[in-house]
Amino acid sequence: MEIQLDDNIKRARFPLLTWLTSRQAFWVSVAVILACIFLSFATNSFATSNNLFNVTRNFTFVAIIALGMTIVIITGGIDLSVGSVLCLCSMILAVVMHAGYSIEVGIAASLGTALLIGAINGVLIAYLGIPPFVVTLGMLSIARSLAMVASNNTVVFQFGPDHDKLLFLGGGALLFGIANPVIYMLLLTLLTGFVLRFTRFGRYVFAIGGNEHAAIVTGVPVRRTKVAVYMISALSAGIAGVIETGWLGAVTTNLGSGMELQVIAAAVIGGANLAGGIGTAYGALIGSALIEVIRNSLGLLGISAFWQGTFVGSFIIVAVTFDRIRNLRSPN
Amino acid sequence: MALLELKNVSKHFGAIHALNEVSLSLEPGQVLGLMGDNGAGKSTLVKIVAGNFRPTHGTMQMEGRDLSMHRPIEARRHGIEIVHQDLALCDNLSAAANVFLGREIRKGVGPFKILDYATMYRRAGQIFAELRSETRPRDLVRQMSGGQRQAVAIARTRIADARIVLMDEPTAAISVRQVAEVLNLVRRLRDRGIAIVFISHRMPDVFSVADRVVVLRRGRKVADKDVAASSPEEVTGLITGAIEHA
Repeated sequence: MEIQLDDNIKRARFPLLTWLTSRQAFWVSVAVILACIFLSFATNSFATSNNLFNVTRNFTFVAIIALGMTIVIITGGIDLSVGSVLCLCSMILAVVMHAGYSIEVGIAASLGTALLIGAINGVLIAYLGIPPFVVTLGMLSIARSLAMVASNNTVVFQFGPDHDKLLFLGGGALLFGIANPVIYMLLLTLLTGFVLRFTRFGRYVFAIGGNEHAAIVTGVPVRRTKVAVYMISALSAGIAGVIETGWLGAVTTNLGSGMELQVIAAAVIGGANLAGGIGTAYGALIGSALIEVIRNSLGLLGISAFWQGTFVGSFIIVAVTFDRIRNLRSPN
Repeated sequence: MALLELKNVSKHFGAIHALNEVSLSLEPGQVLGLMGDNGAGKSTLVKIVAGNFRPTHGTMQMEGRDLSMHRPIEARRHGIEIVHQDLALCDNLSAAANVFLGREIRKGVGPFKILDYATMYRRAGQIFAELRSETRPRDLVRQMSGGQRQAVAIARTRIADARIVLMDEPTAAISVRQVAEVLNLVRRLRDRGIAIVFISHRMPDVFSVADRVVVLRRGRKVADKDVAASSPEEVTGLITGAIEHA
């Protein structure tokens, strides 16, 4: 009781500090900043504009999909198909543009495909009640196979008349030498954060993850919201696919394979709770950033890339353990 | 005129007769204690009034007009609100967010509407003050006591100006002190002229808050009388079947 009282007093005196320290994303941000400071001193190559350009751009693809994944995870779901959807959307874009259509048509076809796949996932999950794990696992297989069908399993690296426009879209730097993908990522993060906090849709996403039964009996359109959520997730994969295609300048059918696990790791490290009800757009961003900083630093410090999985994996477990310990300490 | 009148309502699930020829009337500002053993038909009756089930036979009238509902949402439109046994709260949301769940207040122009946090916090605060509950609108439901959680669930019924509130076992899973708190909340609703159906297993709670007690046994109504004219012993007998009818 006394401890609780003390807690309450502390809470009242430093509301901002208490709020911050209760956030997983805050601690991950601290870790990212500390790692960056350490690397700036420990290596000559980290704090160069070239390396920072690369680091920031490299995690954008994971981060953009992690934004969509975070929304799915907040509803208590999961989307394993994002890596394959990214590949299929890249391939649709590449094939359509290769056939001589403009970049606008290519992007429309690509994102249209993403929305269609998301809608199929969503309808199967929300209306037929099939577990999201199973539906999206199936879609993981289907989407990659369709990408192979669409391209006959070849590499596409010529994108027709708008070839240069596409490469600038993904590989250029429009503002102050910041890579274009980074700008898209920041805009999408702001948009996602806004939607989650200020729209009724965002409120429903949290309500479904918190207590789906409660959402149903209070009249929340649970099924429609879920379909929209999986469409957003697939769309985020599609957007990342379009940008990544522009950056790489070529599409292969193994693009984005295994990416779903990185994306889920980023979301979870950033504070999204797989049990549902908790997660933020900023968390998705900073979780992705941490993974990339780890990856980058191993290279710069001369540690074998084989260790990467160990570090990222440990971070996932540590992040969730922290969360668990905090919950054990709080009164309920 | 009765606010809600059920006439010979039956509900059959195949060969099982969950409810048989039950008639009931609800008056404004009256607390009706609904009692019965497990499987006596309490939940079925509540679900019919809440719009989850349609009766197999019989009619429902609200203020003399026929009432026919296909979905729970329609019950809400008629001013019938339910406080579910599990309260149907989202632990990860604030008290105000729970109160307005599914009925959020928004501001903005045309299709560009955002949640109006300020108004929802203020309205929720007013309702909690009116219920004399210490619940704060911004607090997360996860951190609340059983009594406060009840207050949140009951506050929901106040934003729509409900005329009938069905409460399913509101005192089943909370501490003794919180029971008193919840019974006070029920009295506040009653004082505002709302008709309340109070479903409970707990004899003392029913006798402390209800004006009338209705007992169901095996899908039939076996008693419907003023609490003052009955006793816990009699009601226990009616529930178990030791007393056939009263």
